[in-house]
Amino acid sequence: MAPRGQQTPGMQSNNRLLLVLSLLVIALAVTSLIVGSQSIDLKQALADQFNNPDSASAIILREIRFPRMLISIVIGASLGVCGAAMQGLLQNPLASPGLVGSASGAALGAVSVLYFSTSIASIQLIPIAGMLGSLMASLLVYLLAGRSAGITTLILAGVAVNSLATAGLSLLLNLAPSPYAAQELILWTLGDLSDRSFNDLWQLLPCTLLGWALLLGIGQPLNTLTLGESTAKSLGVRVNHLRWRVFIAVALSVGAAVSVAGMIGFIGLVVPHLLRPFVKHEPARLLSVSALGGAAMLLAADIGVRLIPTQQTLKVGVLTALVGAPFFFYLILRTRKQYHG
Amino acid sequence: MSDESSKSTESGALLSADHLSYTVGHDDIVHDVSLDVLPGELVGLIGPNGAGKSTLLSMLAGLQQPTNGAVRVREKPLQQFSITERAQIIGWLEQIGEIHWPLSVRRLVSLGRFPHLATWQKNNAKDEQAIQRALELTDSSHLQERDAMTLSGGERARVLMARVLAAEPSLLLADEPVAALDLGHQLQTMDVLRNFANGHKACIVVLHDLSVAARYCDRLYMMDKGKIAASGNAAKVLSNDNIRRVYGVDVIAGCESIPWIVPHKIVDQDS
Repeated sequence: MAPRGQQTPGMQSNNRLLLVLSLLVIALAVTSLIVGSQSIDLKQALADQFNNPDSASAIILREIRFPRMLISIVIGASLGVCGAAMQGLLQNPLASPGLVGSASGAALGAVSVLYFSTSIASIQLIPIAGMLGSLMASLLVYLLAGRSAGITTLILAGVAVNSLATAGLSLLLNLAPSPYAAQELILWTLGDLSDRSFNDLWQLLPCTLLGWALLLGIGQPLNTLTLGESTAKSLGVRVNHLRWRVFIAVALSVGAAVSVAGMIGFIGLVVPHLLRPFVKHEPARLLSVSALGGAAMLLAADIGVRLIPTQQTLKVGVLTALVGAPFFFYLILRTRKQYHG
Repeated sequence: MSDESSKSTESGALLSADHLSYTVGHDDIVHDVSLDVLPGELVGLIGPNGAGKSTLLSMLAGLQQPTNGAVRVREKPLQQFSITERAQIIGWLEQIGEIHWPLSVRRLVSLGRFPHLATWQKNNAKDEQAIQRALELTDSSHLQERDAMTLSGGERARVLMARVLAAEPSLLLADEPVAALDLGHQLQTMDVLRNFANGHKACIVVLHDLSVAARYCDRLYMMDKGKIAASGNAAKVLSNDNIRRVYGVDVIAGCESIPWIVPHKIVDQDS
């Protein structure tokens, strides 16, 4: 009978996709340990951890490459899964944490702390400020666009809130006490994973994990939103509840990501898009694969910036934007075709 | 489900609405509407555009809160049901249903099982049976592998009907389910609703085709400007006077094995 014959291959292909993406993440993670200004022999560096922990390659691996790799995975996964959740929630393929202002809001929050900070203790406030900024920005977009936002209203609201956040950032740059302070702020917003330590990872994890936890179990409700919000409600989905949950989850995990690594754009937009056909366009199944896909893409981008020879080190956020923006063009062209024949 | 419903009200109404009103600003979209639906009944809701039929239906489904009045299901206020219980009992079919992602038709229909699934639970054999049956009832089995976003208007309406049938509700509230359908599929869908309204189950259906309403429905409520203008059996409700008063249209009607009502001309309102 059709149902059984269908269910099983679907599940199998899902598991196969998760396996392939996991292997990809592992392969990229290992590569990211090896590649860099100082190429290291991984086997030697691993052995050195026990025999000769103070050797240069052992220290590079332990203190620099390893935390950087883990941070890339966590942030990439956050961006991917948040993009997928946002797109599912808003039933809109163009939604992403960047588009609805979460990222620029978080950057504004975090930069405010950097700008006004007088003591080293206030560094601890960065993730909280990032999270609050992110939450406020997406709230504002949501209030502006209204509950049943069409694609146009939503994008306009996103543009408006993004420009407000950017204006706030510009103001802080403008008022920066010295050119050095200004440059520091600019570089920080570009999105960077270099020189990150385990401290950054510990700073990143609590809010991120809380955000991910909020996204657990939202798959089936997101699926019902395929039928529109009213029908989803009639099926017993608490749509308002779900919306708050996703907005807060995105604010938490994107806020944390931005406050550790600055703005890394387009991963939340591009990854769910690339993977959607492989999960038969099902919002629920897209969540976990987008987390893995996001991790893989950020690892790859971070390896990319280390391999591309530039005089100044290329920031990873710049690279994802350079690749992501044209992809966004392509998406708009395709959406245009879909809606207008 | 079935045990629970068989022991509940044998004679009482499956659904009743007492003095429902829905007000936006100063406009009464629905004004002081009372109605009831008994188990086994197919009840038609008719009336011109803007009469308040869809708003009434969504209040009955618990999707909009009435400004005044109350909805009861099996004699119990609708608010006292959990949102999941409500979704298991009441199926609501939107007038113009949305489909936002290109899921396969079968997957789309399977979303109807949501009220019966716990958070991490996958569809089991019983769910798959309900889905299969719904697809067959709506003549959509051959569409099940299709991308739901590429369906024609009529195919889409049938697939969305399958979605609500897959939920196996006790009360089906269907808003113009046959508006987009060709003649054959109109009859087929009405037959499905007729067969659905049986035993402990019942259905309220919004219709525009008065001949279809007269032929299939046990009782009709005719709405006009937010109020019930007439109610009762088809012969009583669909009188020339009522239709002229509510729709502003003269009709030619008759009955040759089945009742038929054909609009003839618009009545000059001043005369």
